Amino acid sequence: MTTVTQEAGAPFGAAPPPADGAGESAIVTEGLTKRFRGGQVAVNALDLAVPRGSVFGFLGPNGSGKTTTIRMLLGLVTPTAGTHSVLGLPATQALPRVGALVEGPAFYPYLSGTANLLRFDAADPTAPRTTARRRVAEALERVGLSAAAGKRYRNYSLGMRQRLAIAAALLGPRELLILDEPTNGLDPQGTREVRALVKEIAADGTTVFVSSHLLAEVEQMCTHAAIMRTGTLVAQGTIASLSGGLATRVRIETPDTADAARVLGTFGLADVRSEAGQVTAELGGHAPERINAALVEEGVAVRGLAVLRPSLEDVFVGLTGEGFDVDG
Amino acid sequence: MSTVDTSTSPGAGSGVRAGEARRTPGLVPVAETLETTERHARPETPTPPVPSARERWAFWRLLGSELGLTFRRPRNLAMLAVIACVPVIIGVTLRIVGGQGGMGGIIADVAGNSLMLTFFALSFLVLLMMPVAVTVVAGDSVAGEAGAGTLRYLLAAPAGRTRLLLVKYLNAAIYAYAVTAVVALSALLTGLVLFPAGPVTLLSGTTITMAEGLLRILIAVGYVGAGMAALAAIGLALSTFTEVSIGAIAGTIVLVIVCQVLRAIPELDSITPYLLPTWFTNFDAVLRAPVDFGALREGLVAFGAYIALFGSIAWARFSGKDITS
Repeated sequence: MTTVTQEAGAPFGAAPPPADGAGESAIVTEGLTKRFRGGQVAVNALDLAVPRGSVFGFLGPNGSGKTTTIRMLLGLVTPTAGTHSVLGLPATQALPRVGALVEGPAFYPYLSGTANLLRFDAADPTAPRTTARRRVAEALERVGLSAAAGKRYRNYSLGMRQRLAIAAALLGPRELLILDEPTNGLDPQGTREVRALVKEIAADGTTVFVSSHLLAEVEQMCTHAAIMRTGTLVAQGTIASLSGGLATRVRIETPDTADAARVLGTFGLADVRSEAGQVTAELGGHAPERINAALVEEGVAVRGLAVLRPSLEDVFVGLTGEGFDVDG
Repeated sequence: MSTVDTSTSPGAGSGVRAGEARRTPGLVPVAETLETTERHARPETPTPPVPSARERWAFWRLLGSELGLTFRRPRNLAMLAVIACVPVIIGVTLRIVGGQGGMGGIIADVAGNSLMLTFFALSFLVLLMMPVAVTVVAGDSVAGEAGAGTLRYLLAAPAGRTRLLLVKYLNAAIYAYAVTAVVALSALLTGLVLFPAGPVTLLSGTTITMAEGLLRILIAVGYVGAGMAALAAIGLALSTFTEVSIGAIAGTIVLVIVCQVLRAIPELDSITPYLLPTWFTNFDAVLRAPVDFGALREGLVAFGAYIALFGSIAWARFSGKDITS
């Protein structure tokens, strides 16, 4: 363990220099690799760059190495090879400024919500005791658990447990939140609440690194994303740039597929595909309403016209040639 | 704005040139503006990030939190309560048996003086009951947190591995002393209620005052507590190897029982000095006149060796362990 001494007078969580030597990245990994005993490679040569201020979605099916990566970032698991830095520091030194939720909540069942949070606050050597009660109350307030603060954790519902875990991640002034599957086990209402909370936290300038196996969730919450598959990074970038790799398509529902395909061809649309009852093509820069007008003019019976923007799922399928294991 | 900055910034050569340039109103050389902009930006150049400062009493706060968990946990309190009952039961039994008269030896000794019950209770409980209680807390210390998943959150807090292990050990050692003290206190109170108070007759036949008797009880508690703390080191070491606390607890208790069995085999006399439980009962040295400090010292050295050995094993294992629970 690295013992770090600094001017004693520095306030808790004093705003660090705005950026770091490594640029604007909250997390940087280079060649990060974890091979567990028994030879199984959980994470393979991962080069991740999480920009400061982003909401970064870490996507991948279960078992793709997301949690192992997070455990390495938090110093719980020692990498076999490669380096990583968090907030420009060696990971263990940055941890007081990092809030984390790893693989679901874990608390002492016989303690109340407040007592549980005080326990984890006591474990952080940089957290001042004098403000502990206030910070715990604020964190509970923020996740809407104030009313259940004195209740034993044993009697919490699954959603309350998850929220308590998020409260624990918000105990101090954090610059980075690492949330591993934050909506796991939550009902739709709880899921929406978590999403709103993440947006709110991100709006304060905190970088949020959120892992998920749910594509739609990442698409809704995140500004950036990385896609993992069997321990390997497949792609990373802004959501827009990831989706931008695929073309927007137009889909015309019509019984006259042959005519429709011909009209689309005259517009110069690429990759025209006719299927039963519908024709699709890359939209390019064309205005869909012009296409519709042309189709009607040519007497094609248009039952529906849709512009298909590529989703992350399409990106994923495009990159890996595989479907996404959503359940499990 | 930038020109004001340059005029006030001392020393730099460009500052002087900027000053000259300003004498020609409206004519600011492009190169000059670039330079001043650069210099204006310089204070914002990021310095290397620094780790957060540590709070001064952080270690003791964590130890306090740990003790709070241990001494508020119903299971641990129940063990203390059960252990407190045993001297009472022994005392009442001896009182009944002793009342019938005609009993010699140790029973007569205990029945004859209020303080002797304390030594008797310690020598009886130190064989198994006290080790079990201490082992439950020590064996659970790391494995219990790992099994519940709280270990990952403690380490991500970040508690620090060496720091957490030290806190865990101190906590177990303090519980070991609490167990010893509870036995002594319970036996002392029971003895004072049931048996006559007064000067104590030692094993060697010498008589000491009651005050000195109490002092010797204190020495015995210090010694037995150290022995229990040595056992706690074994429990802690085993605890770092598993995520199932019952495994670490059972392993340590089996170790104690095996040691007791080995001690009972006369042919194995040569190895008994290396077995930890051999030294537990050495506290009877305080019943000699004068106190056999040599025997106590030997025992304490053995305890120290066990603490150093198993403390190192625990540290070696825990500091490099992958926390996957």
